[in-house]
Amino acid sequence: MSKFTLNEIRGSGIPLRGTDIDTDRIIPARFLKCVTFDGIGEHAFEDDIKGIAAKGGVHSFADARFRKAAVLVANRNFGCGSSREHAPQSLKRWGVSAIIAESYSEIFHGNCVSIAVPCFIASQEFCSELQNHIEANPSAELVLSVKDATVSFGGRTVKLSIDPGAQGQFLDGSWDARSGLLENLPAIRAVAARIPYLNQFGLSTPSKAL
Amino acid sequence: MGQSLYSKVFDRHCVERLPSGQHQIFIGLHLIHEVTSPQAFAMIREQGLSVPFPELTFATVDHIIPTAAMQRKRPLMDSQAEEMLQHIEKNTRDFGIRFFSPDAGEQGIVHVIGPERGLTQPGMTIACGDSHTSTHGAFGTLAFGIGTSQVADALATQTLAMSRLKVRRINFTGSLQRGVYAKDVALAYIHHLGVNGGVGFAYEFGGAIIDRMTMEERMTVCNMSIEGGARCGYVNPDQTTFDYLNGRECSPKGAAWESALADWKSIASDADAQYDDVVEIKGEEIEPYVTWGITPAQSVGVGQPLPIVNTFPVGDRLVVQEAYEYMSFAEGQSIIGTPIDVVFIGSCTNGRLSDLREAAKFLHGKKVAAGVRALVVPGSQSIATQAEAEGLDKIYSAAGFEWRNAGCSMCLAMNPDQLKGREICASTSNRNFKGRQGSPTGRTLLMSPAMAAVAAVEGRVTDVRQHPVFSAQ
Ligand code: SF4
Repeated sequence: MSKFTLNEIRGSGIPLRGTDIDTDRIIPARFLKCVTFDGIGEHAFEDDIKGIAAKGGVHSFADARFRKAAVLVANRNFGCGSSREHAPQSLKRWGVSAIIAESYSEIFHGNCVSIAVPCFIASQEFCSELQNHIEANPSAELVLSVKDATVSFGGRTVKLSIDPGAQGQFLDGSWDARSGLLENLPAIRAVAARIPYLNQFGLSTPSKAL
Repeated sequence: MGQSLYSKVFDRHCVERLPSGQHQIFIGLHLIHEVTSPQAFAMIREQGLSVPFPELTFATVDHIIPTAAMQRKRPLMDSQAEEMLQHIEKNTRDFGIRFFSPDAGEQGIVHVIGPERGLTQPGMTIACGDSHTSTHGAFGTLAFGIGTSQVADALATQTLAMSRLKVRRINFTGSLQRGVYAKDVALAYIHHLGVNGGVGFAYEFGGAIIDRMTMEERMTVCNMSIEGGARCGYVNPDQTTFDYLNGRECSPKGAAWESALADWKSIASDADAQYDDVVEIKGEEIEPYVTWGITPAQSVGVGQPLPIVNTFPVGDRLVVQEAYEYMSFAEGQSIIGTPIDVVFIGSCTNGRLSDLREAAKFLHGKKVAAGVRALVVPGSQSIATQAEAEGLDKIYSAAGFEWRNAGCSMCLAMNPDQLKGREICASTSNRNFKGRQGSPTGRTLLMSPAMAAVAAVEGRVTDVRQHPVFSAQ
């Protein structure tokens, strides 16, 4: 099991308004042409950034005020669409250490857990309030507690929610699922030995011809 | 109380309940492709891990591969694409994994080749680093799209940490109007339940309409489960499933076939299975759907006006407005008549032989409208070969379509097939996200292959139900 447990995240915030922001927008497909995740953080939201700039606006991820941010505050169904882990990887490599949103797509949420980026859940009202707060105080620190599922800022502490499974994994270091899974190799073999299609009929598998 | 297929298959593959409350689930079939696997192999190499069940993993190349014959020569012109191809070749060689390669004529979209080779079989758990893995649910499997770290988990342990889902049964009752296809059924349930309506659920599709569907149609329906937010979607296996599998390359043979049948029948949901939710959608009410926005739920029956922003709940209006702005459509307008620049027939949603046959019906003796660029991309090399044997390639070429090689192509535009600028594409794929088809300002209208074929000929969105093909029947 990984020794790296995660309880507290501190840093300034970055607001990102909008529902159903999909992983194609977080990291456009052309940046998936890579065999490592190195450097992928530079391309987070690249097309949205350009699209907004063309209209004279500034996307949060291009806004100098938020460049040092660690806590992303988004809205509903964040990270929907493609399962590409490149999306949370690009956010993390950009600097995002935790996310607060109304809801997440499940694959995105799972991908965030496996790279130790906690995803907190809050109401629409609170997400919007926090986004306003960050805009007004871009360098102010937010403190997130995984154990209490809270965010503290501007002298107050507000209760959030977090998936209890993920919460436990961050607190005991088992967010890195692989080591826990590996411990059970004998049990895995025992299950494989009783799954009907691996034993009684099975794939007439071409891999034997390798 | 009876059990659903979901519960039966989940329980059968459960290794252990993990301290986190999740379950460690054995993965019976792991499919990999070039985009989401290289980092996973790097992770297991770094940790010095091996692949204990290499015979349960199968690989192909689909996302980055060019589909124009000239561009498929090695080394690929795009050096990044070539590097990715070399990685999957080396990784599969090093770890003893079967690679369905272009050179062997076995390559195709990962969700197309699993079923066509008979790898996808009822009762399996299937994982692939690709969200449309839900496609395989058509065979009564639990099939999950996963991220790259999980691809590494599956390679190194043949298991994944998963939470138990709720199950929603969606019954499609009655029958479909002519001109309404499996793609419309998929767009219909996403329209009704929303893009995040399925979060926390597995979708079980059933009812008279699903019962009558072919396997290829069921794959189209299951393919888009993920667009509705569901982690997976499936159809219970039945005679249609068994007939499809009988005789395929990797299907059980002889005595094994008989024991497979008995097992496959036993894993279907019991008649008295309890569901966490049940939804009914009447077949007669499903129109040919077209998406007008930037999420797959932003769709409209082709005969209906585009929705009015103020009719949405306040929290939803922002994304509706954003969609109208991006697409340059106006609320209340008709989608019929929208001029089209590009037509794309293909993808793991609608790139199978029956899709190519159906669209071709609308192209006999017709020409693609002036100014329209039209591509047809078979889902696998084997589909391309079969289609060519039937002469479908000639019908498409005569009509002015480009007949291409197998791959994902313009579904996500990681290869040279891309929209330019603000082009509007009538597409049979599954995602209409901003920039999805390669141009950051490009626009996608999702629809069935028949609707796309008619749009190609007319040069604009047209209601396929009016087409003479149907009056002749
Ligand atoms: S065809 Fe499209 S959706 Fe299907 S696997 Fe390829 S890129 Fe993904």
